Amino acid sequence: MTVFVIRRLMQSGLVLFVMSLIVFFGVYAIGDPVEIFISPEADQIERERAKAALGLDRPVWAQYFAFLGAAFQGDLGRSFVFNMPAITLILQRMPATLELAVSALLLGIVVGLPLGMYAGYRPDSAGAKAILATSILGFSLPTFWVGLMLIMFFAVNLGWLPSTGRGETATYLGITSSLFTIDGLRHLAMPALNLALFKISLIIRLARAGMRENMLMDYVRFARAKGLPMRRVVFVHVFKNILIPIVTVIGLELGSTIAFAVVTESIFAWPGMGKLIIDSIQRLDRPVIVAYLCIIVFMFIVINLVVDILYSVLDPRVRLSEAKG
Amino acid sequence: MTMAAAARDPGIQSPFRRFVADFAESQVAMAGLAVFALVLAAALLAPLLSPQNPYDLNQLDIMDGRQPPMAKSMEGFVFWLGSDDQGRDMLSAIFYGLRTSLGVGAMSAVGALALGMAAGLLAAYFGGRVESVVMRIVDIQLSFPSILVALILLAVLGQGTWKIILALICVQWAYYARTVRGTALVERRKEYTEAARCLALGHRRIVFRHLLPNCLPPLIVVVTVQVAHAIALEATLSFLGIGLPITEPSLGLLIANGFEYLLSGKYWISFFPGVALLVTIVSINLVGDQLRDVLNPRLQK
Repeated sequence: MTVFVIRRLMQSGLVLFVMSLIVFFGVYAIGDPVEIFISPEADQIERERAKAALGLDRPVWAQYFAFLGAAFQGDLGRSFVFNMPAITLILQRMPATLELAVSALLLGIVVGLPLGMYAGYRPDSAGAKAILATSILGFSLPTFWVGLMLIMFFAVNLGWLPSTGRGETATYLGITSSLFTIDGLRHLAMPALNLALFKISLIIRLARAGMRENMLMDYVRFARAKGLPMRRVVFVHVFKNILIPIVTVIGLELGSTIAFAVVTESIFAWPGMGKLIIDSIQRLDRPVIVAYLCIIVFMFIVINLVVDILYSVLDPRVRLSEAKG
Repeated sequence: MTMAAAARDPGIQSPFRRFVADFAESQVAMAGLAVFALVLAAALLAPLLSPQNPYDLNQLDIMDGRQPPMAKSMEGFVFWLGSDDQGRDMLSAIFYGLRTSLGVGAMSAVGALALGMAAGLLAAYFGGRVESVVMRIVDIQLSFPSILVALILLAVLGQGTWKIILALICVQWAYYARTVRGTALVERRKEYTEAARCLALGHRRIVFRHLLPNCLPPLIVVVTVQVAHAIALEATLSFLGIGLPITEPSLGLLIANGFEYLLSGKYWISFFPGVALLVTIVSINLVGDQLRDVLNPRLQK
């Protein structure tokens, strides 16, 4: 077990190091921020001064080591645009993104699980077929286009929901979130639904497959033979067994939901870190791009590591095959 | 003799005929195939079908800007699907946009297929350290969502048609590599491979003439699914403004272009390119679903 964790940790460290190399040197190769921030009439001396102020006059590798040294102290550079530490900028935006991602996942469970269970319980009914067709559509529909259609329908035609921004936030138990105000919830509804669409489809499929598989099991027949009502068999016995794969997948999906929030945030002008990275790429705000990519890769590595370790704790077979391989 | 008759008479079936007959069993899949053929034709024949060349500025008239669907243009033809802010016929723009989208999707699929197949075959055939290095890279890459990998690459590479194709190849090769390796591992243990090795055939001949053809069926399924993914991902990235340059408008860019007019109720600039994108992706997915059923050896009768 310890060997397994140590090996995984070393691998994670290596991936992070390689990523920082790729990102730093790659981002260095595109565009020259000096060109953007200095007026074209500026003379050579002014240019040199600006370069020195931004630390761009040193050789690339020296910049990289300076970056690496600072990164270990939690400093990932200053944004050219906002003139504040990149890491502060990203951490300020992170709660909005997490709020959106978690709401989307919850929505996925609340909507997807009952629909999927019904579709698996009565696979031949018309309702089940409609649910399945919807979930196939949910996989095929491009997220950004659905977002636009939501805006068109609910914001422009019906005028029910606001189309941009996060709305009013309130603080409860030390957490500032738009989940705690009516205005905030109204702002959150469309982006969360947009981001949840793919999760809903996924959970419908998983719940449906799980339901069909479990209904044929001996324990269901035994529970029925014992005289338990169908309601109890489905909602207590089968339900628990369906949850196992769904909980695992949801854990894994949290990361990809945060990554895909980039699209939803851009459409609904949601002030999260996904919108920040897109804006920064377009403005060539190099420190923010590098910092965002490092932070998100770090987040993913941590999530993957935790999931791997949990797997090996829960299922000894994984651990054994690792030790051999 | 027709295909259907051939399917009924098992004596004269060639594998290809049986494959066609199996595929044709699903009407939904045949409909998907027909729709995809139409989409492909529209993309290939765009210059012939379009009422105007949407990127020839001489043919555009700013007076025609933002016309609703079915409106008449200054030159007399009808804007079936409306026009955008520069007086560009949306129908023509969609035909040309399909060209770009399908082209980018197909090109990245070919690139990723070549790279992934080479890596997967190498890993499966030689095993040992080659295999563990290749498969570790595949595992690590697949643990990140595709949009994040694409975002990193495009942030690093910058914009451009070839850059986005390169980014899509880098995103997708791992899926092909994993599929090929899995199948090749099974095939390698079979007797025909052993026989080929006993005949002292060269590595290259065994890999390309014996192993590869037998790995194709599952690969075909992965290709269809991944082409649809590539098209959707490219549209998403172009919509975000970090994909294709404005000189080669794909469907994603058309949709992004109409975004600002959506709020003032001019829905058609975004809506119709989105429908075209959706129809393309759904038709490819329907074909892919049926291919998966037909080519899956476990489901074969």
